Amino acid sequence: MNGAQDLGGAMGFGAVMPEHDEEIFHAPWERRAFAITLAAGFTGQWNIDMARSARESLPPAQYLASSYYEIWFEGLQRLLIARGMIGEQELHAALAGQSAGNAPGVRSTEAAARRVAAKDVSAVLAKGGPTERPAGQAARFQIGDAVRTVVIHPAHHTRLPRYVRGKRGRILATHGAHVFPDTNAQGLGEHPCWLYTVQFDAHELWGPDTTASSVCVDCWEPYLQLDTPLDQPEDPMASAVSR
Amino acid sequence: MQTPNHTHPDAPLSEMDIRVRALETLLIDKGYVDPAALDELVDTYEHRVGPHNGARVVARAWTDPKYRAWLLADATAAIGSDEGFGFRGRQGEHMVALENTPQLHNMVVCTLCSCYPWPVLGLPPVWYKSAPYRSRAVIDPRGVLADFGLQLPTQTEIRVWDSTAEIRYLVLPMRPDGTDGWSEEQLARLVTRDSMIGTGVALTPQALAAQQAST
Repeated sequence: MNGAQDLGGAMGFGAVMPEHDEEIFHAPWERRAFAITLAAGFTGQWNIDMARSARESLPPAQYLASSYYEIWFEGLQRLLIARGMIGEQELHAALAGQSAGNAPGVRSTEAAARRVAAKDVSAVLAKGGPTERPAGQAARFQIGDAVRTVVIHPAHHTRLPRYVRGKRGRILATHGAHVFPDTNAQGLGEHPCWLYTVQFDAHELWGPDTTASSVCVDCWEPYLQLDTPLDQPEDPMASAVSR
Repeated sequence: MQTPNHTHPDAPLSEMDIRVRALETLLIDKGYVDPAALDELVDTYEHRVGPHNGARVVARAWTDPKYRAWLLADATAAIGSDEGFGFRGRQGEHMVALENTPQLHNMVVCTLCSCYPWPVLGLPPVWYKSAPYRSRAVIDPRGVLADFGLQLPTQTEIRVWDSTAEIRYLVLPMRPDGTDGWSEEQLARLVTRDSMIGTGVALTPQALAAQQAST
């Protein structure tokens, strides 16, 4: 979705502010927000694309005014409610420091059964969540192919940034078939698709207003089409001149 | 996005402290999370995993041509396998190493969120997750590098990598001059986090000495 998360090329945010001897967490609650988000995720009730989608669904003004872990905390609440792990009313009461009163308590026995114990944390982290899957079919594109990204503006989660839609680039690398975030975020299945790194000339993206030489973006196959000469019919005047 | 306010340890609990604690209690009461697992997660990323891991990878690539070739051909195995360093797992499942040269400077960003190679660099710094970096890195990388006090020759090609998928990128910075004969351990001290993101370069021996003298 065209949410506030899609920041590439946006302007007016000011200078990057590196911190000297930066701490990992900047407030005690950031530690806890980080840890409960990971630990709740370990119960397997949502995938990484659903988590990203939940964070991006924040209203743009709220997203941009929030710190990073505030966004995580908001996203986590939405996921817990959506997956039936916590009731909306009981959550809001708890966060306000009130008793839930008559609000019905909600609990997922499936999520509780998949609780990860402290002794298993390092193994779960070491396993991670690889997204490569066996490829169902041959790759449509090869390294060096000229491609053009599709123009799409889906209301659901996608990982094709706005600044790179409808642009011409070249396949720089192939990475095998990977889980497709657009369907995975909606609970519609992994639908593994070939994943490519596509290199775009910076001028193709920004015209003269850039200091980059090129930008490389990882694109799943449905984001790409062959950039055939048919896309750009020859200018009859130009060929007349050359004759 | 805003930069979080710094909170002193003896400051009264903020509203966020209270809200996050309330949710943590709910999650524990419902049996979804083990409180000891939360401590383990914090300890892992606050004290154990960090840029010192990536620095070891870079230092070995600088000293061992075979390892460098392996890293550039298959970074996932070279970094994550037991024969490599065993730095693997969450947010480092699929790794690619990008080698900087006098002609080419690579710089990594995630414009859509904050994708970052956790097993080698730890959790991302605030600036990496912030709107100024995410918005500007892909259009004006030289302006961003200037914010870091770095100016590259105008003829250097600048290639920006937007981490839109689950491929995680580690920049292999150039080895500084004047380090002939240095051991891996010595070299690793020159490898800064920012040099492995591409917003910096490795320290020179002089810069390292000055840094050590000032601490």
